[in-house]
Amino acid sequence: MAAAAELTLLEKSLGLSKGNKYSAQGERQIPVLQTNNGPSLTGLTTIAAHLVKQANKEYLLGSTAEEKAIVQQWLEYRVTRVDGHSSKDDIHALLKDLNSYLEDKVYLTGYNFTLADILLYYGLHRFIIVNLKHRLVRNL
Amino acid sequence: MRLFVSEGAPGSLPVLAAARRAQGRAELLISTVGPEECVVPFLTQPKVPVLQLDNGNYLFSTSAICRYFFLLSGWEQDDLTNQWLEWEATELQPALSAALYYLVVQGKKGEDVLGPVRRALTHIDHSLSRRSCPFLAGETESLADIVLWGALYPLLQDPAYLPEELGALHSWFQTVSSQEPCQRAAETVLKQQGVLALRPYLQKQPQPSSLQGRAVSNEPEEEELATLSEEEIAMAVTAWEKGLGNLPPLRPPQNPVLPVAGERNVLITSALPYVNNVPHLGNIIGCVLSADVFARYSRLRQWNTLYLCGTDEYGTATETKAMEEGLTPQEICDKYHAIHADIYRWFNISFDIFGRTTTPQQTKITQDIFQRLFSRGFVLQDTVEQLRCEQCARFLADRFVEGVCPFCGYEEARGDQCDKCGKLINATELKKPQCKVCRSCPVVKSSQHLFLDLPKLEKRLEEWLENTLPGSDWTPNARFIIRSWLRDGLKPRCITRDLKWGTPVPLEGFEDKVFYVWFDATIGYLSITANYTDQWERWWKNPEQVSLYQFMAKDNVPFHGLVFPCSALGAEDNYTLVSHLIATEYLNYEDGKFSKSRGVGVFGDMAQDTGIPADIWRFYLLYIRPEGQDSAFSWTDMLLKNNSELLNNLGNFINRAGMFVSKFFGGYVPEMVLTSDDQRLLAHVTLELQHYHQLLEKVRIRDALRSILTISRHGNQYIQVNEPWKRIKGSEADRQRAGTVTGLAVNIAALLSVMLQPYMPTVSATIQAQLQLPPPACGILLTNFLCTLPAGHLIGTVSPLFQKLENDQIESLRQRFGGGQLEESLELKAKVSSKPAVGETVTATGPQQIQVLMDEVTKQGNIVRELKAQKADKNQVAAEVAKLLDLKKQLALAEGKPLETPKGKKKK
Repeated sequence: MAAAAELTLLEKSLGLSKGNKYSAQGERQIPVLQTNNGPSLTGLTTIAAHLVKQANKEYLLGSTAEEKAIVQQWLEYRVTRVDGHSSKDDIHALLKDLNSYLEDKVYLTGYNFTLADILLYYGLHRFIIVNLKHRLVRNL
Repeated sequence: MRLFVSEGAPGSLPVLAAARRAQGRAELLISTVGPEECVVPFLTQPKVPVLQLDNGNYLFSTSAICRYFFLLSGWEQDDLTNQWLEWEATELQPALSAALYYLVVQGKKGEDVLGPVRRALTHIDHSLSRRSCPFLAGETESLADIVLWGALYPLLQDPAYLPEELGALHSWFQTVSSQEPCQRAAETVLKQQGVLALRPYLQKQPQPSSLQGRAVSNEPEEEELATLSEEEIAMAVTAWEKGLGNLPPLRPPQNPVLPVAGERNVLITSALPYVNNVPHLGNIIGCVLSADVFARYSRLRQWNTLYLCGTDEYGTATETKAMEEGLTPQEICDKYHAIHADIYRWFNISFDIFGRTTTPQQTKITQDIFQRLFSRGFVLQDTVEQLRCEQCARFLADRFVEGVCPFCGYEEARGDQCDKCGKLINATELKKPQCKVCRSCPVVKSSQHLFLDLPKLEKRLEEWLENTLPGSDWTPNARFIIRSWLRDGLKPRCITRDLKWGTPVPLEGFEDKVFYVWFDATIGYLSITANYTDQWERWWKNPEQVSLYQFMAKDNVPFHGLVFPCSALGAEDNYTLVSHLIATEYLNYEDGKFSKSRGVGVFGDMAQDTGIPADIWRFYLLYIRPEGQDSAFSWTDMLLKNNSELLNNLGNFINRAGMFVSKFFGGYVPEMVLTSDDQRLLAHVTLELQHYHQLLEKVRIRDALRSILTISRHGNQYIQVNEPWKRIKGSEADRQRAGTVTGLAVNIAALLSVMLQPYMPTVSATIQAQLQLPPPACGILLTNFLCTLPAGHLIGTVSPLFQKLENDQIESLRQRFGGGQLEESLELKAKVSSKPAVGETVTATGPQQIQVLMDEVTKQGNIVRELKAQKADKNQVAAEVAKLLDLKKQLALAEGKPLETPKGKKKK
């Protein structure tokens, strides 16, 4: 799923009515959002966090300092590790790590659903085959 | 909360700088862990810095930790900061890690380093000047500045890597660097050593993925075919046509092997393994196996070769081991010498002699060298303060003392080092010292010792090095180590010990002392040769005729390149000194170190039980030989290399070549009518063969192995393109072509069998038996590719050479050799590991480790009870119970008790 499509999907699930237009930049096709009141924003997680604020759903970025940091950590994980994977072994290791992390959790921050869950789910979607009964999928 | 950092980990910079923000708001403990320690239980790869939050959760992202500190200080997140941090993680970090890797690990400079990051640096500069703000996200310094500064600091603190034209970046960097928290973080992390302070850490990290794809380490580069001149092709064809006639007669085996005037006489030693332990794969590749490849190669060149090794048997460690096992030191040596010999026999190491150091010859030669040094005034006497146990009536070696660490107060610090704070300790500084044997308190007593006066010998050493090093094949690490010792100036070195198990010191007043193992261990080579032949001096007092190659891991360099040469030069007896000192770097195991006590890694005696043949081990170890840089043994990689390089490349080619001869030509090598394409192939193979020779003459063992695989790749392509299996069914001309291709291919297979001999002797012999290769062709390798299987030669029965390694087989081996749970340092002992327990191979576990495990079991038991009492979530309880069972299992293993539910076969 291209980043722009992913952001559009996110807009819908956030209940944002007007759809933004995204351009893509560089080799990795990094999404760019031209905002009306200010400079453009570049980067999937940056734009996603911006959209969340636009939709007044800041709780999706975490409520405590700790949750906020954890959300951002997993957003970073999404764009570096999940998008940056290079081999089957990498993906396997990544899923193993995630599975082990989620063993005693419902969501990435523990008990609260956040933007990190959404973007990680989108990111993993392409290599988790649906019939693969992965705990992560069940948890999400 | 607790912050885990590691010496030299670059992530510590921003994190420590940001931590100042949170000061006073939360209590922060800082623990230093090893670079390979897995602090975060759910991450497979080690990661530092890591912040463990009070509720037990972990922040393992450097930026997230910094962000957390800022959030605690009341800072609010904004889009621009998010954007910088995302850019830092996705764009800057990959570029930077490549640059730092080139700079710190590979020692590159200039544009090689700056190249990868230039674009990113320009981006920052442009953003700063476009916004005309002093800081990245506004008028004040904030999170984005700290994170980017921390990432860039190791590189940019060297002005060479801060391009002048980037003015805005320049002033931003200066401003942030001058902030107090940043200054302090920089001092703590880089310790005024600059970027080199990162070396110990970065060396242990896998190569950055941004570099992969570009050949840096072991992976073969895409082979470009060299252009060949007509002359080269003509010479290759001439040599080929002369065939077996080119070969000199085989040298008859000699016993004993002695130097011959006018010939190349090669004396090869492998570092003497210490007798008290079973060698692991790293020890094996570091010396005996590397030296074996060279010895075998040397014999293939018909050089007059003597390869020797033996067990180093004297010293404290043997005494300790003897006490542990309730045997005498001699019995321990006998036992372990046999174990070593068996292991090397299994690995097919072609020693001419595998001796030992506890022989009368050792005493005689050591005492002789000592007397000569003493009478020439190269030995000093001095008094040393030492701990003595009156109860046991002996001086205590460092490892026989325990006490309270003078630095951190840890109660069980060893006499040489504290396990908790890691500081080096002088045994006499320990508080409340205890003799480890009888637990009584030792007293400080002074004891007379002898010192080798190295400063007095330094000049001779330097002269010798000046004559020896230029043009020699000393490895760069060995040159570097020797140079740095000389730069720091040599100091007198103590050569005696208060021990019983050693070579007695032939001097009045020293009857209770023996020589320190490092004075006499290197003399072991001489005494082992003396036990092999009474004419040993023809090898060891014959520097004009003998080339001495000494193989070892790099920690052994000072003794071979410095201490022994000084002794030998001072003794003035025309000793043969090392001409080529070949030192390897270290081999790691998977992502960590080999550890006997933790049962991590594969040890020599266990390799046999894996069902994987010795030659496959040899191949893989040589393929990853830590030549020039550290490398790591990996099960997955071993499977990959076996299945791709051996099975699909080499094995496939040799097997196909032989099968075509059997199937299409009734086992007789067909007539070959070479076309110009074939002649070019001959020349290419010849070129690669010559490359192989050049590399092995320089003892670049790993690289030479690549040449073999390259030739077989050429061979596979040749068969693939010419399709003999189709042509054999075609016209007369097609059939002749099929014959030529088959004939040439099977001759390449024959050549490969000889080139392979140093690496995989058994496989080599198997191929040669299958092809019925004539004996002189098996035992001699020339620099030209000859037709050794002429038309009409009858080959034997051809069968596959290699077996596929299966995933589940490798996975179960990985589990078996993965080690126990004691990887965490004591620092972390309260933390319960969640890794799967695989303890079957834990053999030697100390009482201290058992105690740690017992504590953990108790602690975990309490956790489970508490959870149950609180009626906690079922899954959570189950997970904690599983951890408890794991721990109990490890404890049982550590105590040597049988498992309640035995899994797999239990090893002795």
